[in-house]
Amino acid sequence: MSEVQASTLSKIARPLALAALGAGLVAFVDIRLSDYMATLAAITLVNVMLASSLALTNGLTGLFSLGHPAFMTIGGYVAAILIFPVQRKGFMMPDLPAFLASLQLDLLPALVIGGAVAALAALVIGFPVLRLRGHYLAVATLGLIIIVRVLVNNWDGVTRGGMGLNGLPRLTSLWWVYGWTVLTVYACWRIKHSSVGRAMMAVRENEMAARCMGISAVSVKMWGFVLGAFFAGVAGGLMAHLITVITPGTYSVLLAFNLVVMVVIGGMGSLTGAVLAAIALSVLSESLRPAEEALELYGLSQVAVALCLILVLLFRPRGVFGSGEPRWARYIMGR
Amino acid sequence: MSQYYLQQIVNGLTLGSLYALVAIGFSMIYGIVRLINFAHGDILMVGAFSTLAMVLGGVPWPFIVLFVAGLGALAGVTIEAVVFRSMRGAPQVTGFIATLALSIIIQNAGIMILSGQPRNFLFPAAMRERIDLGIGTASLIDLAIIGLTLVIIAGAVTLVHRTKLGIAMRATAESVTTAQLMGININRAIATAFGLGSALAAVAGLMWGGKFGQIDPLMGFIPGLKAFVASVIGGVGSIPGAMAGGYILGLAEVLFVGLLPPEYSGYRDAFVFSLLIVILLVRPHGLFGRADEERA
Repeated sequence: MSEVQASTLSKIARPLALAALGAGLVAFVDIRLSDYMATLAAITLVNVMLASSLALTNGLTGLFSLGHPAFMTIGGYVAAILIFPVQRKGFMMPDLPAFLASLQLDLLPALVIGGAVAALAALVIGFPVLRLRGHYLAVATLGLIIIVRVLVNNWDGVTRGGMGLNGLPRLTSLWWVYGWTVLTVYACWRIKHSSVGRAMMAVRENEMAARCMGISAVSVKMWGFVLGAFFAGVAGGLMAHLITVITPGTYSVLLAFNLVVMVVIGGMGSLTGAVLAAIALSVLSESLRPAEEALELYGLSQVAVALCLILVLLFRPRGVFGSGEPRWARYIMGR
Repeated sequence: MSQYYLQQIVNGLTLGSLYALVAIGFSMIYGIVRLINFAHGDILMVGAFSTLAMVLGGVPWPFIVLFVAGLGALAGVTIEAVVFRSMRGAPQVTGFIATLALSIIIQNAGIMILSGQPRNFLFPAAMRERIDLGIGTASLIDLAIIGLTLVIIAGAVTLVHRTKLGIAMRATAESVTTAQLMGININRAIATAFGLGSALAAVAGLMWGGKFGQIDPLMGFIPGLKAFVASVIGGVGSIPGAMAGGYILGLAEVLFVGLLPPEYSGYRDAFVFSLLIVILLVRPHGLFGRADEERA
């Protein structure tokens, strides 16, 4: 066997082995543990998916976007409207165009379309907004969350306004989430270790220098923003059909903050860091919930997350893994 | 002019006063440390709740205003000393994620201590009385808010331009290194910006409660963001700009609701933030900002 073939093999074989290991864990949770634990595991995996896609936009490309919840809302509503049973569409969504009112899709195509619409929205909004940098971009994307929320809130005939869409079919299983998470993490990893990923990091480090090397900063930034939005849109649809309800406020600024915390704690641009931080923070905030209820101190877990962030910023400002990936992760996933 | 339009303009000026007070603090802090302080709006909430506590404790009103300003200043100085002093010199993004974290901590601490329930705010009944202005009437509270804001702004501008501390602040905003070489105590100047700015936000919280009658632990976030919009309109870092931006935003928001058919009034916040994006793109330095900085 030639060396090239061997490296191609390990590029596929080891990630596959890891995915199989993960599938074993998922099967264990799914079969042996309670429904509650399975739901928690699914939410944790959605967070992993969101954090790794945000690591692409914010970490790798250096666009400080807080817009993920806006794209999740768009993807979530699109998927929910496509999946919603036709019989109930008539009175729940009277203003729906005729071709949508008689349409009822399965989970997979609805999620992909939801993600695609979110990506399209990112493309349209990206042209003006991606000219901004640093905290100006952050505030503009924060504004985007509020704009999307207001629009959804007021489009009564299609979205049922503030009441939101409830009674969505519970189609998202732990397996669906696992599949999408594996796909997202693998796609992000391959993108990071491709020429586009290198270009993204170059733009992040020094946009002027990257341009001088012939990199089109505009299109690289657009890729970072649009890909992140696609996965956010899919995650929004998955989440909506897991918790069976979506309202204009389901995906809020608070969620954007939590995702940013995951990316920052893991290390800007480190996928391993984003994945591990997403798992750690999901478990941390969930394990504090009994304490919140016992002490009647609602908000305690959020304070803990925010304190973690401030401590990391003070003592390890580049995050746990910096911008790189640890050697064991590179060994498994290939470059 | 009909009573309706007069009322709209008075409402716009009142809301604008509140935005201006918060925006000036925002701009002051940005001007001196280049930090967008997301927790600034939550100081408004702290101001509103400490006012409520003092009203319930029977403190006379003139003292309440002073105490609230003092508490706000204390909060600002503490935040600066505990969190930002150690982050000075870190990348811009680090600072504002920290302020976002701080905002979340203050909000959730508020929920933990006070519960998420909105509280009714008690202002003296006399403030609800209407005063005849000749062309129409306006409630005393609106006029008081507008008047007090103008007095406070005049005071703050005098402090920044006429006192030694204010001059040290402006020098530090100009260039930290040069200011330090000239023997200016930059720690004190930065603390002043945080203290003064937060005092203004806390007083705005007092007035916010008086104007809208209800307060809750999450009330500060959106006004904080809108104050950012206001300071962008005026040019972040400029005090007269923040003031003008606050009034422009307040009037624009009220007229948007008042002049369009009622079914559009729900789109108010979308309008404000679309305005933000448009201004950032078309005129990133705002009306009074300087172009020499990297903004967009």
